[in-house]
Amino acid sequence: MRADENLKPCAEHKGSFMDHISALIVDDSSVMRKIVERSLRQAGINLDHVFEAGNGVEALSVLASNRVDLILCDINMPVMGGLEFVQKLAGVPNAKGVPVVMITTEGSESHVVQALAAGARGYIRKPFAAEQVKEHVLPVLKVKM
Amino acid sequence: MTASRLTLAAPGHQLEWGPFLEQATREVFRLMLGCELSIAAGSQDDLEITSMVGLAGCLCGVLSLRCSRQAGLIMASKMLGVEPGNIGPEMTDALGEIANMVAGNFKNKIPGLADGCMLSVPTVITGQDYQLQPATDSDALELHFSFENMPIVISLAVHR
Repeated sequence: MRADENLKPCAEHKGSFMDHISALIVDDSSVMRKIVERSLRQAGINLDHVFEAGNGVEALSVLASNRVDLILCDINMPVMGGLEFVQKLAGVPNAKGVPVVMITTEGSESHVVQALAAGARGYIRKPFAAEQVKEHVLPVLKVKM
Repeated sequence: MTASRLTLAAPGHQLEWGPFLEQATREVFRLMLGCELSIAAGSQDDLEITSMVGLAGCLCGVLSLRCSRQAGLIMASKMLGVEPGNIGPEMTDALGEIANMVAGNFKNKIPGLADGCMLSVPTVITGQDYQLQPATDSDALELHFSFENMPIVISLAVHR
């Protein structure tokens, strides 16, 4: 069985807040970026466009010229980590009101508190089941709309 | 579920950590690769790829994953959902991420480690002709698993 077979596409939200979504996935692992993208699609989110960045600086560069609906972000990354990146989003016009969900191996309570204080709206610990992405991302997308 | 073979190279508190490291490893393979690890084959031949993550802070050491190239290709293929023949440079990235997740998942299970221990960026070494020598005295914990009938070894070397 492959890792992506434990979650079927979610059909009940078709044609709703999950359509035409642009997402920015920030992780220094290209493999993990692909896994996160796949998990979003399996959750039934209709992704129009997926931007990828390997660290916070690259992500800020993407947001300088692109508007997205959702940001998923690792914490431990070279150049600029996820917490610093989320803190800097306050000064980025294209990120205003955009929900951020952290996806990271850092699982301590203090990291969760720091991430939420910095502006993140959700927190997923690696390793994760695809179902967890659905559980944490859909509510923040729904609120956004 | 089958158990792995646990080898403790030196006495110490790591003996208590074996079940946590085993659980952390099993969870990563179950959730991210969609497979269950089984009893160790015991052989360490042809483990030509080593993926390592450093730990620093209240716990200093190295967590490593060793496997054959074929096992590495299959791990990456399972993570990405593509055939092993279509895996290229992604293999090292995938193996680095597996070691990173095992290390992170392990420290999250030990009270006090989640906050007090930091992880390095993963490093992946290809080849067998090398020796890993810790700078100071260290204890080592090794778990031997079988992945798709191929041996893999998870090691945690901790500085005393």
